[in-house]
This record gives sequence, structure tokens and C-alpha cells, in this order.
Amino acid sequence: MNSAKERLVNGIVKENPTFVLMLGMCPTLAVTTSAVNGLGMGLTTMVVLALSNVFISLLRNIIPDKVRIPAFIVIIASFVTMVELLLQGFIPFLYDALGIYIPLIVVNCIILGRAEAYAYKNPVIPSLFDGIGMGLGFSVALTCIGAVRELLGAGEIFGMHVMPESFVPVSIFIMAPGAFFVLALLTAVQNKVKIAGERKGKDMSKIQSGCGSDCMNCADTGCAKRLIDESKEKAGEEEKKND
Amino acid sequence: MIKELLVILIASSLVNNVVLSQFLGLCPFLGVSKKTETATGMGVAVIFVITLASAVAGAIYQFILLPFDIAYLQTIVFILVIAALVQFVEMFLKKFIPGLYQSLGVYLPLITTNCAVLGVALTNVQKNYGILTGVVNGFATAAGFTISIVILAGIREKMTYNDIPESFQGMPIVLVTAGLMAIAFCGFSGLL
Repeated sequence: MNSAKERLVNGIVKENPTFVLMLGMCPTLAVTTSAVNGLGMGLTTMVVLALSNVFISLLRNIIPDKVRIPAFIVIIASFVTMVELLLQGFIPFLYDALGIYIPLIVVNCIILGRAEAYAYKNPVIPSLFDGIGMGLGFSVALTCIGAVRELLGAGEIFGMHVMPESFVPVSIFIMAPGAFFVLALLTAVQNKVKIAGERKGKDMSKIQSGCGSDCMNCADTGCAKRLIDESKEKAGEEEKKND
Repeated sequence: MIKELLVILIASSLVNNVVLSQFLGLCPFLGVSKKTETATGMGVAVIFVITLASAVAGAIYQFILLPFDIAYLQTIVFILVIAALVQFVEMFLKKFIPGLYQSLGVYLPLITTNCAVLGVALTNVQKNYGILTGVVNGFATAAGFTISIVILAGIREKMTYNDIPESFQGMPIVLVTAGLMAIAFCGFSGLL
């Protein structure tokens, strides 16, 4: 159970996909117009991530190395389709709010990144908790961003009025430009933390701003490579400890 | 008919700009916009791929998925078709039009699973566009991408000479620029 807890903490805090690794930015910006939408998108992604991690981990000895990316994509796309149909049937308001961004979970690089970096190399139970941890981290991040945008843009959180009457909502924050500004501030804070850490001589290489260049391609170059390098390093460290 | 297509052309390229109002294809938008030259190359490659992909995906949806009543498989089918299509285009260009391959080739693999390509294919289905309308919509969306990435690259080239606060160097200032561009593009919403 220890490793399960470690995976959860890792996903939510240490390697938070949004705040630390900066993965999957397209849905992060698009659906965080309110806290509820952010939470819904986060949880939907978490379900897909956990299921695909389990499935890929189960099949890790069967999938040939050369065709693993297409295989991952087919598995992920199947789960996304299932989740999409379930949402359409049971939570229609969320289905309408998230719209085209549900099928686009397929190309969210967090999922492909975790499949490549973790699930393809580890047993089922840790992979499951890795998926849940990363998914929770993503949900927390999206809910926070959504809450900030909703608070500034509409004076509400989770649809409840919290700001005083005299507050005039800055409606640009729930429109498209607001998303860019919120993310700009977020990355600026991240830069600040990174620079301050480096001055103190800490290793801040884990904190990334943006996925190198392209999330759609992170499966075989950018992010996944970085994630793999990190997991290799960690494995190396653990081996050293064991020795 | 022509009027309808014209409305789609303007709506998808300017009013509902794919990057600045729908956040699709954000990664190449931020990643490949350091120089106007590369941005233009990327833009042309995206126009090429999205137009072709919306034609192929539209045809597959109309002639295979709908008749066999398996429209719910669209996500899986589209992403595989798009990935295969990009590979095929790359091989075709390399073999038969080496000149074009040299200028576009580098960008093609970057577009394989670009969310904008899948996004356009899915939007076409969602809005019940036919094949021709879908292709026009795809072309317009990609043109909108090209317009915004070239503008951003132009601004970024100028920005290298500016004195930017330490924390805002790199990605944050680019995002602020993109936000300002998004405000500017909001102005187009009065067009329709």
C-alpha cells in the first residue's frame, strides 16, 4: 500500500501535471470557465487515465515495442468513447458543457505520456494508482483555475454568489483571452519559484514551462522522453539505496 | 450555397479562431512561433493536412460509418485515419515532390496527432457538415491557425529586443501576447 500512497502524492503534489509538468494545456485553458466544468473535465480525464493505465499495464508484455504508440492510442480512444457515451447518457449537462473537448481527451498528452512513461513498464496496481494520482492532480489544478476564473469573471464559485454586490465581474476572465492571462500568470509564478530555487542551489529541473514545443508529439519526443528519463533516474536512485 | 460557404469561411478563420478562441493546436502555436519563416512553414503544412484530413474523415463518416451505423466509433477511426494519412502524405511527398517535402517535411510529423486536426474532423460531424462544407470549414480553420501563428511569430521577433521582467521571460510573455491577440480577435465577432 505504501507505493500506492506514494503514487497518489506524486501525482497530486510532486509531479502535478498542470502546475509542475505543464502538460495538457489545451483542455486546461478551454474548459476552465467555471469550477464545475474544470472539476468535470479533471474527473473525466482521471477515469480515462486510470482505466487506460491499467489496461496498458496488463498488456505491456503483449504489445510489441514498435507499434506501442498506435496501440496506446487505440486503447485510450476506446476508453474515451466509452466515457463519452456514459456522460451523454447520465450527466448530460456536463456533456453539453465540455462538448468537443471530451473526444479530444484522446490527444491529451498526460494520458499518452503516463502510458509511455509509467504504465508500459510497471505492474497493474501501481499503474492504477499512478493514473488516479495524476488524474486527481489534474482535477485539483483545473478546479483551482476554474474557481479563480469564475470568481473574477462572474463573482461566483461553484455557481454560488460569493462576491459583494458592489463587485463588478471582469467578464474577460471567463472569455478566451482570460484563459491566456491566467495561464501566463501561472507560468510566471512557476518561473519565479524555479529561479528562486536555482539560486539556492536546489535541483529544479523537474519544473517545466510548457512541453518543450508540442504536446501532440510528446509521445515520442518531448514530454514522454523527459518523463522516461526521470523515471529511469528514480529507478537508479532506488537501486542505489537497495545496494 | 456560396453565401453559406463564405459565412463558414469567415466564421472559422476569424470569428471562432481555432487557437485564440477554441484553444486547439495550442502547442505548435506556442512552440513553433519563434521565427516568421518557420511559422509560415508550419501554417502551410497545417492548411495542407487539415484540408486533406477533413475531406478523408468526412468521406469515411458519410460512406462507411453512417451506412453501417457505427458512428459512435468516430473518435477511434478519425485519429487512426489522421495518423495514417499524415504518414502517407509524408512518404508521398518525399517520393514524388521532393521540393515541397523539403519545405514542409519537418513539420508534418509534428501534426500527426495535433488536436486541431482531430478537432476539425469532429466539429464537422457535430455540425452535420457535408463533405464539401467540411473541407471548406477545415481550410478556413487552418487558415485561421496560420494567420494567428504568423502574427504571433512577428510579434515575438520584435519582442527579443525588449526588456522583460525575469519571471515573465519565455512562455509567460508569449501567453500574455496571445491573450492580447485573443482580445483583438474578439473584435471580429461583430462581422457576422
